[in-house]
Amino acid sequence: MEALDGNAIAGQLMEVFGGEMTTVTGRCAGCRRTWQMAELEVHTHAPGTVGRCRDCGVVLMVLVTARGVTCVHLPGLVDLGMPTAP
Amino acid sequence: MTSASRGFFGRRRPSVDPARLPPGQYWTDDFPVLSAGPTPRTPIEDWSFTVRGGAAGTVTWTWEELGTLPTETFTVDIHCVTKWSKLDTTWTAISLDVLLERAAAEDAFVTAWSDGGYTTNVPLEDLIGGRAWLALAYDGEPLEPEHGGPARLLIPHLYFWKSAKWVRGLELRTDDEPGFWEGYGYHNYGDPWREQRYAGD
Amino acid sequence: MLDVPTWEGHLAGQHVDVRLTAEDGYQAQRSYSIASAPQDRSVTLTVDRLDDGEVSPYLVDVLQPGDALELRGPIGRYFVWEESLGGPLALIAGGSGVVPFRSMLRHHAAIGSAVPVRLLYSARSLPEVIFHEELVRLGAREAVDVRVALSRAWPDDWNGHRGRIDREYLREAAWPASSGPLVYVCGPTSFVEAVADALIDLGHDTDRIRTERFGATGSGLPAPSASQGGT
Ligand SMILES: Cc1cc2nc3c(=O)[nH]c(=O)nc-3n(C[C@H](O)[C@H](O)[C@H](O)COP(=O)(O)OP(=O)(O)OC[C@H]3O[C@@H](n4cnc5c(N)ncnc54)[C@H](O)[C@@H]3O)c2cc1C
Ligand SMILES: [Zn+2]
Repeated sequence: MEALDGNAIAGQLMEVFGGEMTTVTGRCAGCRRTWQMAELEVHTHAPGTVGRCRDCGVVLMVLVTARGVTCVHLPGLVDLGMPTAP
Repeated sequence: MTSASRGFFGRRRPSVDPARLPPGQYWTDDFPVLSAGPTPRTPIEDWSFTVRGGAAGTVTWTWEELGTLPTETFTVDIHCVTKWSKLDTTWTAISLDVLLERAAAEDAFVTAWSDGGYTTNVPLEDLIGGRAWLALAYDGEPLEPEHGGPARLLIPHLYFWKSAKWVRGLELRTDDEPGFWEGYGYHNYGDPWREQRYAGD
Repeated sequence: MLDVPTWEGHLAGQHVDVRLTAEDGYQAQRSYSIASAPQDRSVTLTVDRLDDGEVSPYLVDVLQPGDALELRGPIGRYFVWEESLGGPLALIAGGSGVVPFRSMLRHHAAIGSAVPVRLLYSARSLPEVIFHEELVRLGAREAVDVRVALSRAWPDDWNGHRGRIDREYLREAAWPASSGPLVYVCGPTSFVEAVADALIDLGHDTDRIRTERFGATGSGLPAPSASQGGT
């Protein structure tokens, strides 16, 4: 399957975090590169949603929805940064 | 509350014999491709399959060596935790009994690992006794990379995420280590007939 | 065209999530870019029908005026253009990837923006070009340049680009990297990745390239090649 990017899960992230997330930044714990959430390599044809670093492939984010509740795991994401309101 | 969308049925078609579908599953005719990452493409010369942690130490087979082992061709139903079930799928595969016996497997737990970093855990007793295989071909054709080729696990009595694609080896362990999805909230065992989707089911 | 009772207004480039529910509770959800401008009176989506798709054939063939549709949105602040972001602006689309750019161009026209824009739009053949007349009209504005590339089939008298949007065509038709353009790329995943790679190869600043991938669109839209020379 062809991967998507973080734009495709903007709605899901908005529901989970309660706000717009595509321009939130985070650093990859593997290669230290900083990404906006919209730029992640996203796989949705899977039991959960998996976001990876587009450079080094490390798993940065996993979302699993069980019984109507979505759990967010950020195994490889550090230094989250919220953009200041435009 | 959500109301139904007039005239929407989804990709599913009229159901098959309901006795063949585990609870909560829908029948599909397609073979959906599921993956948590890009499709790995390891050249076959560099590919090998390893069982480590058995009494025989680490045992490794090259692709060529695997080709000398006996295969079986059989038809089973498969059930994905994302709710599709596919009936009567035909595979050509090496029984894990053969590989685990060669490795003199004794420990109770197994972690399978794959190219791309994927892992899944299964009790050893579920991998022996003619219930689990290393699959090399689907429907008479070599397994396509998008379906896990060159080789994937096939454990049809558990949800399909346990049938690791691109599998490269099995690690025998004394303790049970959750794999990728098991670590993110999916059920540790994953029996579709008991609808063990998520931890706690 | 949708009549959304509680629409809060959107930005050019945003999308909505459409959710369908079958009688037995089965659900499917997909994203669709908003084709209308923030200034337009209604919200418009434009859906490319994939023969073997689950949702797009329903939206194109089954859904009728008057039917209700469950929507979530507007969504996404990343793939958005507002005048304050400036330009020059390069919009590069493959197939239905032109939809968010139609919103951006209509918005650009509605506010009378002078920011220079160039749209490079790859379709397989003339009948598959979406919004063609309107794009030509929008492209007649002073600041706007619209160029349609046909990758598979073209009329004999076609004077636009024939072939893929590849590195050479980007070098010639997109703003040069030295002018520091803001570039948006949208379409099937393979198209977006090949164009983004080619742009980086041509020296464009990765921080000035924004991408949105629609996934596999099954349309077999040929991906441009990043490393090959001219044709
Ligand atoms: C942010 C965003 C904006 C978008 N905007 C638009 C837009 O404005 N207009 C538009 O037309 N589209 C848009 N898309 C694409 C849209 O969301 C859908 O992906 C598209 O309409 C196809 O949906 P479908 O249900 O018809 O096809 P699907 O059923 O999703 O199938 C798509 C293709 O993938 C194959 N496929 C599906 N599932 C599997 C699987 N598990 N294994 C293997 N193959 C599979 C199918 O055979 C088919 O070729 C957008 C996507 C995103 C992420
Ligand atoms: Zn990284």
